[in-house]
Amino acid sequence: MTTLDHEKPELSAKGGVGSDRLFRWAVLGAALMVLIILALILVTTANEAMPAFSESGLGLITGQRWAPSDPHSPIYGALTFIYGTALTSVIALIIAVPVSIGIALFLTELAPRWLRTPAVTVIDLLAAVPSVVFGLVGVLVIAPGIVPVYSWLHDVLGGVPLLGSLFGEPSSNGRSFATAGLILAIMVIPIITSIGREVFSTVPAADKQAAYALGATRWEMIKGAVFPHSFGGLVGGTMLGLGRAMGETIAVALIIGASTQITPNVFDSGNTMASVIVLEWGESSGVHTAALIAIGVLLFAMTIIINVAARVIVRRAEIRMKGAASS
Amino acid sequence: MTVTTPNAAAAPRTAPDLSRHSLPLGRRFRDRFATVLIAAALLVAIVPLGVVVYEVITRGGSAMSLDFLTADIPHDYRAFGPGMGPAITGTLLITGLAALIAIPLGVLGAIYLNEYGKQSPLARFIRTMADVMTGVPSIMMGLFIYVMWVENVETKSGFAGSLALACLMLPIVIRSSEEMLRLVPDELRQASAALGARKWRTTLTVVLPSAISGITSGSLLAIARAAGETAPIVVTVGLAFLSNPDLINGGNTTLAAQIFRNATQPFAASTQRAWGAALTLVVIVLLFTIIARFVASRFATKEH
Amino acid sequence: MSQLSSPHSSPQTQVKPMSTPDQTSSAPRISAPTAGLAQSAPPATAAGVPVMELSGVSVFYGKAEAVRDVSMPVRHNQITAMIGPSGCGKSTVLRSLNRMNDLIAGARVAGSITYHQQDLYASSIDPIQVRKHIGMVFQKANPFPKSIYDNVAYGPRLNGIKKRAQLDEIVEEALTGAALWDEVKDKLKTSGLALSGGQQQRLCIARTIAVKPEVILMDEPCSALDPIATSKVEDLMYRLAENYTIVIVTHNMQQAARVSHYTAFFTAEVDEAGERHGRLVEFDDTQKIFTNPSQQRTEDYITGRFG
Repeated sequence: MTTLDHEKPELSAKGGVGSDRLFRWAVLGAALMVLIILALILVTTANEAMPAFSESGLGLITGQRWAPSDPHSPIYGALTFIYGTALTSVIALIIAVPVSIGIALFLTELAPRWLRTPAVTVIDLLAAVPSVVFGLVGVLVIAPGIVPVYSWLHDVLGGVPLLGSLFGEPSSNGRSFATAGLILAIMVIPIITSIGREVFSTVPAADKQAAYALGATRWEMIKGAVFPHSFGGLVGGTMLGLGRAMGETIAVALIIGASTQITPNVFDSGNTMASVIVLEWGESSGVHTAALIAIGVLLFAMTIIINVAARVIVRRAEIRMKGAASS
Repeated sequence: MTVTTPNAAAAPRTAPDLSRHSLPLGRRFRDRFATVLIAAALLVAIVPLGVVVYEVITRGGSAMSLDFLTADIPHDYRAFGPGMGPAITGTLLITGLAALIAIPLGVLGAIYLNEYGKQSPLARFIRTMADVMTGVPSIMMGLFIYVMWVENVETKSGFAGSLALACLMLPIVIRSSEEMLRLVPDELRQASAALGARKWRTTLTVVLPSAISGITSGSLLAIARAAGETAPIVVTVGLAFLSNPDLINGGNTTLAAQIFRNATQPFAASTQRAWGAALTLVVIVLLFTIIARFVASRFATKEH
Repeated sequence: MSQLSSPHSSPQTQVKPMSTPDQTSSAPRISAPTAGLAQSAPPATAAGVPVMELSGVSVFYGKAEAVRDVSMPVRHNQITAMIGPSGCGKSTVLRSLNRMNDLIAGARVAGSITYHQQDLYASSIDPIQVRKHIGMVFQKANPFPKSIYDNVAYGPRLNGIKKRAQLDEIVEEALTGAALWDEVKDKLKTSGLALSGGQQQRLCIARTIAVKPEVILMDEPCSALDPIATSKVEDLMYRLAENYTIVIVTHNMQQAARVSHYTAFFTAEVDEAGERHGRLVEFDDTQKIFTNPSQQRTEDYITGRFG
């Protein structure tokens, strides 16, 4: 914006050519804001997190003990939050990916025309609900209501060796990794669904017809013609959903139960990287704040890597599909 | 076999059974089963939406009153009663200012991408990074503005919240606006250029107006999303129980932040206020979404 | 309209003698047009009996009538070519023969198409089974993004064949039948998309015959191929006619003359209401169509005076 003021005199001096150049600089400056902001986020927050990095070093990532309010020697080890983020995201994807693929297939291959618009509206509305509202419903309605289901699952599956440790004793109020994962799943379904619709609708009609012409049923056509073409795109869409699930803060903060522990029991409470920041922000100061920002920087780096990879995969899948269609 | 024994194949086959039962049971079953599962997937999406809508309307409705929308927020979480007035004005002011920052910037950025940069390496890089930026967790925008602004001016404020929300909105506005600019037919640009108009004039007087409904619609959706954001607000805006129209000085609050704050308290009075705030927020978000749809559909019909 | 005034424009009159095609062995033997334009025709033992009959077939897309009132036979182990200018509805008719038109929303077929005396559009008929017996090869080669082997094995696997040895046999047989085996036998695991255009089309043919259909529909199978690849596919069609009944839509009149035994000439007409429909002008031996057509419009088309 400063360029605009700076170059204004040129406008009258050079007439029309100057005005074109000025406009060009203005729009370029606006577009560059994207890069500037992303770079600034990384630099300023990383700088602010330095005290925590220098105090805890690698222990910030590998340490399991998180005791910021210990008056003698506060310890900042974020491994439990990294674990919580990973576990809730995996639960979310296990639920959301098949459902999203189903919805996307329904919308592209199955739904009669009249049903398409209302079905799309449902997904759009799901995407429009603020995450804090999902959190509210999750913590006050779903979490208490789902405890009997967890108890039942614990009774049925708890005894199975190895697998059983996942389905341990549920927390009394239902706030847990599993509930957080469930709510996250609802929140990422619209993302994966929209990518799924995109890739399914670019499957060449020729391939679908070829499958039908060989006597395939609709499901066999989907398996034989739609899925092979869509695999890359679906992987990318899943990763976008993963990025969203990892970064979701408020809903998880409300639902996960805020305890610092690593346990395989998905029905127990925990915490994630994003939620611990917002939960402890108000009462933090000094190195504690720096440690929270450091967790944010880690999360930022992880989501950026996942998002870039996802975009590259989606784009590559699109290009390959266009290539296959035109060759 | 058919190839090597022509005699056997030379005579027409006997009439094959083409009826529906002739399809092996397993294949028929798998097809039906997959169809049912696929349709059921949509149900999985409808149920949570239904639960959210039902709970928010019934529980939020019982907290709702004119007082609730206008009265100040009680200092005591345990005290029953209204209201959420300061949070409503806070939401509108903070989101509005964020829109004032992000939309012009985003539209200009979109003009660069579609009218100037096109497929140049820089434009493609910016496009990719804008996509990536939409995936940045919203809490990060809060931390960023906290470090960049709040620590320097030493006060949390509504303006800081607006900056954080603007960072969230910017990439959404850029990408949706660029999409709309791309739909403007090249003939319009050429016609204007042929009349001797400079490119900036063509862009501002011909291209932008033809895409304005689409851009408006995309921007409204970005506003709707920003209005519901919580994490960056909690980090940057601080707290207020009274309406604070001064965005620069002093803490502020929004509906989303109030939902979060009240939902974390174990008191019936505060959860009731949280539900009321949720209903208010959902109505505001829905309003923006519906207006956006309406604007977009008018745009679509004008095109045909 | 001339359809009514001229006996030749209603091909059914010519089909009359073989309207009892079910007695396979005793059916009147129609000799293939071996001489003239067609190269030495495949030895046709019981060939010529209609396996499919179209009578009064009209195809609609929504309210628009794309093709009106087509009647013709499809004869056993013969190559029937459909020719005509673009937009004459020949591909539409082809796609109605194995119910591929079902996949287009709003498409509807009136009249009757029978296959072994069964009405293909009867409510009891499963389109999936229809397509198993009446396969299709498309204009653009469309191998799946899978290996050559998996492309060919796709159809047999659908039909529940899982044993490796049996699949191997079918794949080899089909690729041999499609004259592709020698070229690909050492790289069955490579992607079908890595083959040349002509090879891809022959792979698609192999994929179709692996299902062992009786009838193969080909929708301009050579239009995207160079002349050498085209002649390979034409040779292949010719050999396939020993064992399969083939219906081919082609833009290329020389191709129809070279490979087919029977030719149906379609054109587009505008009726009194100003609506455009495809119509069947003439159906006859290929030799007759190309040397002595009974319709002026056919002659005009094949001599290049219009089209």
